[in-house]
Amino acid sequence: MTPRLIASNIACRRGDRLLFAGVGFALESGDALHLAGPNGVGKSSLIRIIAGLLRPFEGNVKCEGAIALLDDRPALDEYNTLGDALGFWAKVDGSAPDTGTFGLTDLLDVPVRYLSTGQRKRSALARMAGQGAPIWLLDEPLNGLDQDAVAIVERMVADHCKAGGIAIIASHQPFALDDMTRLELAEFTP
Amino acid sequence: MNGALWQIFKRDVAMLMPGGKRGGSLLPLLFFLAVAMLFPFAVGPEPALLAKTGGGVVWIAALLAALLPLDRLVAHDLEGGVLDQFALRGISDEAAMASRLVAHWLGFGPPLILAAFPAAALLGLDGPTLHFLLLGLLAGTPGLAAIGLMIAALTASFRSVTALAGLMLVPLAVPILIFGAGSLPTANYSGIALTAAISLVLVAIAPFAAGAAIRAAREG
Repeated sequence: MTPRLIASNIACRRGDRLLFAGVGFALESGDALHLAGPNGVGKSSLIRIIAGLLRPFEGNVKCEGAIALLDDRPALDEYNTLGDALGFWAKVDGSAPDTGTFGLTDLLDVPVRYLSTGQRKRSALARMAGQGAPIWLLDEPLNGLDQDAVAIVERMVADHCKAGGIAIIASHQPFALDDMTRLELAEFTP
Repeated sequence: MNGALWQIFKRDVAMLMPGGKRGGSLLPLLFFLAVAMLFPFAVGPEPALLAKTGGGVVWIAALLAALLPLDRLVAHDLEGGVLDQFALRGISDEAAMASRLVAHWLGFGPPLILAAFPAAALLGLDGPTLHFLLLGLLAGTPGLAAIGLMIAALTASFRSVTALAGLMLVPLAVPILIFGAGSLPTANYSGIALTAAISLVLVAIAPFAAGAAIRAAREG
């Protein structure tokens, strides 16, 4: 099945404030979208709406294909070793964790609570990539990463899109990727 | 999908069993035994008085011991994004909560039932009282686990909720306490049956109530 993601006329309200309205896009297999905008404009909320975790105030999202989400919470058990924590998700997804790409092989015996910010982010990326979902939602994927890791993530997303996947990247930082559509969320603030 | 749910259940059990990696789950058991140990010191060692009141004290100890694991039950996974990841994989919040309900009961129900033996010895309870106490705990602890799960899910997005959880548990647990402890002096099975009936209703609604609470917490 080829993945597809269509969002039409999305509006998001947090409390009594309308964050954005009328956001729409259609992504086909191989497309990448960069959600850009300053802090607080609603990038994370839009990501959560697309993931189906937050109800939009208006509009709807049609999605064909499984979704993998990466946000600021790695969803790895703090009290477990990294190997066990990644192993849990690998067993849930029925896949094998890819620890080599992100240089995590030496950290597998370390409890997650001892990992640094960047190491947590790399672990979360490994968890997300291991899910094998065709649609990737990346919320600030470059936060806390060093330059080498940034290059690895950019190459990984490029490979994912070349293989027919869809990627949405919400980031206030530049993200180097060819043929990426850019959506300035600030333009949709009422 | 069933395989995924089985993995989630195994994680829940590993997390909530006494001596589990998250730690602290021995606390309900030790608290329960501590109450049974301290009560004779507080009211005096007369066997007649202890035999009359001991069963009720064990019930109150069990009820309060059920409160102790609540802060770890749901909040960590909600904050850590684990429940969001389950939802993305098509595992409903209700299914995740049903798994956690069973794991939570396994973590505190059977240990408390076993600990009722030394507690009964400490309080000098006789054979028939112990018999009804064990049956009552077996019938009542699933209901206490269900109440605990619902409260844990409802308060998961708040900070420092232990006191609030205690206040919320008390009125909900009163029916279980009345029929469970009430069957001790009269020594009949109807009280046990009513306790089991209340437990069944609570166990049936708990996954749905907890799932709805988690969805509401996501929107907030």
